[in-house]
Amino acid sequence: MRIEFLYWEECPSHEQALARLREVLAEEGIRAPIEIVRVDTEEEARRLRFPGSPTIRVDGTDIAPPPDQPTGLSCRVYLTEDGRVTPLPTKAMIRRALRTLRARGGA
Amino acid sequence: MPLTLASRLIPFALPDTEGRLVRSEDFAAYPVFGVIFTCNHCPYAQAWEDRLIAIQRDYGAAGVRFVLINPNDPAKVPADSPEQMRERARAKRYPFPYLVDSTQEVARAYGATRTPEIFLFDRDRLLRYHGAPDDNYEDPAAVRHHYLRDALDALLAGRPPAVAETKPVGCTIKWRTTPS
Repeated sequence: MRIEFLYWEECPSHEQALARLREVLAEEGIRAPIEIVRVDTEEEARRLRFPGSPTIRVDGTDIAPPPDQPTGLSCRVYLTEDGRVTPLPTKAMIRRALRTLRARGGA
Repeated sequence: MPLTLASRLIPFALPDTEGRLVRSEDFAAYPVFGVIFTCNHCPYAQAWEDRLIAIQRDYGAAGVRFVLINPNDPAKVPADSPEQMRERARAKRYPFPYLVDSTQEVARAYGATRTPEIFLFDRDRLLRYHGAPDDNYEDPAAVRHHYLRDALDALLAGRPPAVAETKPVGCTIKWRTTPS
């Protein structure tokens, strides 16, 4: 399982999001390393198809695929299960995506 | 550097989302006046938006008035264009003016760096609170310190806020690449 964590330094919650990802991986018994990618320029954002910070991908698939968010250096909008806007994914969101993608990949 | 505590309000005159010119002195009669830099696109601004609306509604009758100012360059963030600001203000039924700081001069004068970022002034228009709305952008139910509400309560009671400054948490202001 390939796990990527992409972030832009100017968004303040990336460390919290990374800690949250690590917690969920540990709780799910997933030992795959996290590839941490710092995105610093608009060119990098385009090349990496970076829709905003933070972004988590599992085997190349975004854990919460953005509907129409353009790529670029920005903070990313997540919607919680109860419809609230938040700047970082919830643990439940990460866990659900990991389980779904793991089942799909047979990992 | 942001405006320091006890500094005097820096007057401004900016258009709102309906094209009307709004001046800071229009609110001279209100005992507490909040200047809040915010924007459309930022998830932190969105996360706190409903709480700011609720606070304005809760404290309006007591004489509290907020104005929201969007300083972002729409060339960098199209979601922060005046048209999109108008749509948002109407859709969310903003109980406060939402002003367009197209030259970014007001944000620069205040030393604002983030959205949202609050500058709260007392009756004499001296800065008494600067910072974030509260301590939890993610979950309103998990807030432990209601910085803005506490500051309003203190000012309306004639006291200085116990917590006068917190770190603004949000997206960086999207400055123009070239000065206007």
